[in-house]
Amino acid sequence: MTDSILEARKLTKIYGSNVIFKDIDLKVAEGETIVIIGPSGTGKSTLLRCMNLLTKADNGQIFLDGKEITAPDYNEDQVRQQIGMVFQNFLLFNHLTALDNVMIGLTKVKKLPKEQAREKAMEELKRVGLADRADHYPGQLSGGQQQRVGIARALAMDPRVMLFDEPTSALDPELIGEVLGVMEKLARDRMTMLVVTHEMGFAREVADRIVFMEKGHIVEEGSPDDLFYHPKHDRTREFLWKITELYGKKEKEAGGNP
Amino acid sequence: MLSNFISYILQGTATTIAVTLIALPSGLLVGLLLALLHTYGGKVANRFAAAYSLLMRSVPPIVLLFILYFILSGNLINLNEFWAGSLSLGIVSSAYQMEILRGALLSVGSGQMTAARAVGMSRLQAIQHILLPQALRLAIPPWSNEASIVLKDSSLVYALGVPEILRRAQQLSATTQQPFLAYGTAALIYFVLVFAVNRGLDYLSERTKLPTHP
Ligand SMILES: Nc1ncnc2c1ncn2[C@@H]1O[C@H](COP(=O)(O)OP(=O)(O)O)[C@@H](O)[C@H]1O
Ligand SMILES: [Mg+2]
Repeated sequence: MTDSILEARKLTKIYGSNVIFKDIDLKVAEGETIVIIGPSGTGKSTLLRCMNLLTKADNGQIFLDGKEITAPDYNEDQVRQQIGMVFQNFLLFNHLTALDNVMIGLTKVKKLPKEQAREKAMEELKRVGLADRADHYPGQLSGGQQQRVGIARALAMDPRVMLFDEPTSALDPELIGEVLGVMEKLARDRMTMLVVTHEMGFAREVADRIVFMEKGHIVEEGSPDDLFYHPKHDRTREFLWKITELYGKKEKEAGGNP
Repeated sequence: MLSNFISYILQGTATTIAVTLIALPSGLLVGLLLALLHTYGGKVANRFAAAYSLLMRSVPPIVLLFILYFILSGNLINLNEFWAGSLSLGIVSSAYQMEILRGALLSVGSGQMTAARAVGMSRLQAIQHILLPQALRLAIPPWSNEASIVLKDSSLVYALGVPEILRRAQQLSATTQQPFLAYGTAALIYFVLVFAVNRGLDYLSERTKLPTHP
């Protein structure tokens, strides 16, 4: 299909003799929000990192806008500009202010003039509600604020797709809401998003599709309603039950869902 | 007579400072290159840097100094004692500076490289704009230590006949028959220099510290 922005075909990743996942097929359509769930150690992070070529897949292909980005000699840096990524532990550039974190990709990678880059970066900070923190260093920001800067940094590059790897799991419960709020707004604006998360409230409300991964396989995928209320596999049901139990408490502490 | 004495040894101080100002930056340049090769280079580069470091740090500096001196002032390259000595000292120091920078790069962490690559930077851009600015900050305190070692080790070029502090102190000791005064003055000058360098770098470290509180 050509209407998918990002597509993995028969993607396989092996570390040593350890098959992380095998023959994964995944299509992300324009404007779609896909949530990936699954037990830890299942290969979700590895899958995301393969999608933007941070990690090299051992087999299979990835297509971005119909072009095979796993083709030999494809310009990887070009690809990564078009795929934003948000990390579990934020990974802001510690020596740069919030504004410079967002700007540096614009000036050094996109080679925008300083003034233009600053304007664009300020816009992105506004978008995540942090214009007033522009000159703060990461060490001066709360986890929730750092993660929002992380989102702004990725958005500034005008990516085709955004990847989120458990963006709220390193946050204190009371800070989760502000990050999920930003992500929900993005989804409403039809940003294409691939999100690994255990925030079931977010998954239920925001996702167009939920993918349940386990032991390197996609066990089941479907609409939130299908997965939550009519799961086809027992494993899906068990996992959802466990995860809702486990994280439900945290969500309550965070003051409900976005 | 005392003023002659002092001016004679102060000329040596200028030489000591000059030797250090050549040795330290050249060691930094080579050390930085090796640290980058070790951390981000391929297997061969990594092995090479590790072997270099091990070799350089396992032989007494004075022995290396003689070997390097005979290379640098030989037939192929022919530098005078001052340059050959200073650069040799720099090469010895490069192994230690490499280890300092390698440790600093490691403690910055691989996540910063990942994040930089994720916004589309090349490895080189990531190193230049993200890794090094952070690693160099972290490296200042241990580097300050290495700077004082190089400053003190600059006395080794005495053995090559470079008229730095120690050599002049020795000459003064011989001519004036006042060894305590001569070497005591030398010691005092080294102390003041090392103290100033450490203080200066402490200040730099403080000035470049990243803010952590609102
Ligand atoms: N760089 C690596 N080298 C070797 N094994 C790895 C590496 N990264 C991840 N793994 C392994 O791959 C498996 C999947 O990890 P990960 O993708 O982080 O899972 P998840 O995000 O679902 O928790 C784990 O068993 C992990 O130990
Ligand atoms: Mg993970």
